[in-house]
Amino acid sequence: MRNIFLVIRREYLVRVKKKSFLVMTLLGPLLFVAFYAAVIWVALGSVDTKTVQVLDESGLFQKKFKDSETLKFVFIDKSIDSAKAAFPASEANALVYIPANVIKAPKSVRIYAAKNVSLDLKSDIEKVIEKEIEDIKLAEAGITHKILEDSRVNVNSETISLSEEGEKTSSSGAATVIGGICAFLIYMSVFIYGTQVMRGITEEKTSRIVEVIISSVKPFQLMLGKIIGVALVGLTQFVLWILLTTALTSVTSAILGSRMSKDPAQMAQEMQKAQMPNQPMPAGNVDNPVTEILGAVSSLNIPLIIGCFLFYYLGGYLLYSALFGAVGAAVDNDADTQQFMLPITLPIIFSFVFAQFVLRDPDGTLAFWTSIIPFTSPIIMMVRIPFGVPAWELVLSMILLILGFMGTTWVAARIYRVGILMYGKKVSYKELVKWIFYK
Amino acid sequence: MPWKAGGLFRPLFIFAIGQSNEAFILVAAATWKITSHICVYTVLRFMNIIEVRNVTKEYSSHTALDNVSISIPKGCIFGLLGPNGAGKTSLIRIINQITGPDSGEVLFDGVPLNPNHISRIGYLPEERGLYKKMKVGEQLLYLAQLKGLSQKEAMEKLKTWFIKFDIKTWWDKTIGDLSKGMQQKVQFVSTVLHEPDLIILDEPFSGFDPINANLIRDEILELKQKGSTIIFSTHRMETVEELCDHIALIHKSRKVLDGPKREIKEQFKTHTYFVEYKGHLDELDPIYQILDQKILEDGYLRSNIQLDGDTNANALLLNLLSKVEIRGFGENIPTMSDIFMKAVNEVPEA
Repeated sequence: MRNIFLVIRREYLVRVKKKSFLVMTLLGPLLFVAFYAAVIWVALGSVDTKTVQVLDESGLFQKKFKDSETLKFVFIDKSIDSAKAAFPASEANALVYIPANVIKAPKSVRIYAAKNVSLDLKSDIEKVIEKEIEDIKLAEAGITHKILEDSRVNVNSETISLSEEGEKTSSSGAATVIGGICAFLIYMSVFIYGTQVMRGITEEKTSRIVEVIISSVKPFQLMLGKIIGVALVGLTQFVLWILLTTALTSVTSAILGSRMSKDPAQMAQEMQKAQMPNQPMPAGNVDNPVTEILGAVSSLNIPLIIGCFLFYYLGGYLLYSALFGAVGAAVDNDADTQQFMLPITLPIIFSFVFAQFVLRDPDGTLAFWTSIIPFTSPIIMMVRIPFGVPAWELVLSMILLILGFMGTTWVAARIYRVGILMYGKKVSYKELVKWIFYK
Repeated sequence: MPWKAGGLFRPLFIFAIGQSNEAFILVAAATWKITSHICVYTVLRFMNIIEVRNVTKEYSSHTALDNVSISIPKGCIFGLLGPNGAGKTSLIRIINQITGPDSGEVLFDGVPLNPNHISRIGYLPEERGLYKKMKVGEQLLYLAQLKGLSQKEAMEKLKTWFIKFDIKTWWDKTIGDLSKGMQQKVQFVSTVLHEPDLIILDEPFSGFDPINANLIRDEILELKQKGSTIIFSTHRMETVEELCDHIALIHKSRKVLDGPKREIKEQFKTHTYFVEYKGHLDELDPIYQILDQKILEDGYLRSNIQLDGDTNANALLLNLLSKVEIRGFGENIPTMSDIFMKAVNEVPEA
């Protein structure tokens, strides 16, 4: 036991004392906050107004283009050629030309600009023109605006989860975000720290220190010590990231806060964007989902989620790092690891891919099985937990995960024991299997 | 102590013969047998730090050790010799408990190997290795603690070694920044720091310049003085010649030779002498036969002479004195290198 502790301490200290650890620990939250600040900055900074000249030969759009905070429309009355000639000298950013026959030939609308216009501007203008032409055509067909308005229904459902505690409003949005973040973190950490274990073992093997060490420590103790040491490094980094990010975010918010006080909804929306850059936002003009989500987060079982996150982070990491360790022991140098990496990384990558489907259907058959099987459960179960998972499924999944990592550790230890003293030999899968059953 | 009891029994035993009481004789004889057995065992226990008994170790493709038995006496420098791939490293790994034997057993100080022995052994493997990115001091502290020293003990012992080797400035250096010879020194310190009873050195002098090799040799002799037993695994016969008291030769997984170096040399004597002389000697003589002859730079001749079994050196010398002018004369003592070659070549192909 004393030796395991010594190994853990060395593995931990060596990694934590590294400059790269310090850099990553400080830079991680800084990058995060910088990104967050940049998003807000851009959102706030884009208020400078653009002027758009409109040359409307059809005469149908005189009052239809409405000035907004960012766009100002100026109607001009010249021939198109003289307008084009005058454009560079004017202050305008774009020139929209609507020909007289726009109703019959809607594609003849042109936008002229010194540089390419933004997609937003283009779609804004197109929308106004489309709507106007639509209205005119509807009117010709005898359908008034009133009929159209009445036929439009806006469904905005509220999801209510039924549990023993009674009804409570939940938000599938919040669950999606939390589940996604957790799954992503576990995915990343299994990869990062798993390969660290592998590298460490290969390093010991290639530097030949391993023979000295295992003349004092049992190979299994050395392997386990390394795995646990690296796990603690991961936990330390997570904790530091959470603390630093919280601190930095509140400071940043305080500084930028005064500038964005006028529109809290927009601010919340930007925050939302910053937190999940990969998730496409629902169309901006529906009822703001962010306030809803922020409210709904409190309805989730946060202690359960944190507890499960730690459990599945450790479980998934232990399961995979043992396998990574076995690969590290089997080969002579980093370059040779590739051939054995694939069968290990595939299930991790698959679970991350499955996670996208599970997010959409957290109670489906795929979700059930992948969250029970130990190789995918660390990621998938974390996706499902915020949506609520029956207790028996959770317990079964946890027990299987524990059995799973005990199994992989056993297999890894057997490969490790033979592999660390084996040099200069290209190892095949057949060989590895032989090692496992070698007495 | 049982063997003391055995000693006390002896007069009783003799007395019993006198009484010619058969039953008593039988009982006494049995007692004597048992006590003497214990006695021998206890003596063994005192004499040998390692007893390798009928050890066999097989790997999937080959047999590394085939029924090998070796005794390593306490306090000696023991040379474990053998060509490459003979099975030396396998044996060393078994003694270090890195692997276990398939059959047979190894006794350490009379007790079957167990994890408590690990801290009493220091091992310097042939392939040297240290954590390249760790600092010298930290690394030595870590390795010493793995061998069971407390941090404080390790620190104190390290200080004396750092002073002894004059490497005080190295403490905060990274291993990777040291030269190969310097790394070797650090590794040597890590091997002996915990003052083990048994030190196993695999090619200890490789990578050292002559000055440092001498330094290490003196340290090894000092460790022997202090009572440690040292196992050398080496191909360098001059080292064996100079340092070893006992040797064992392993070839093709089998032990082909072992015992005190002196006895082995005696055993391998060919009964030949060399003479350096001026004049002429006939190739054949009733008491000797000249094996070869070569002319030295200064005009003298040097011959190796085979003496027949009954004649001694004095008779040969008398015989020669009458014929030639002798400058040098001596017995050809086989070198370890000769013995090695001979023993290895004599083993039939498996």
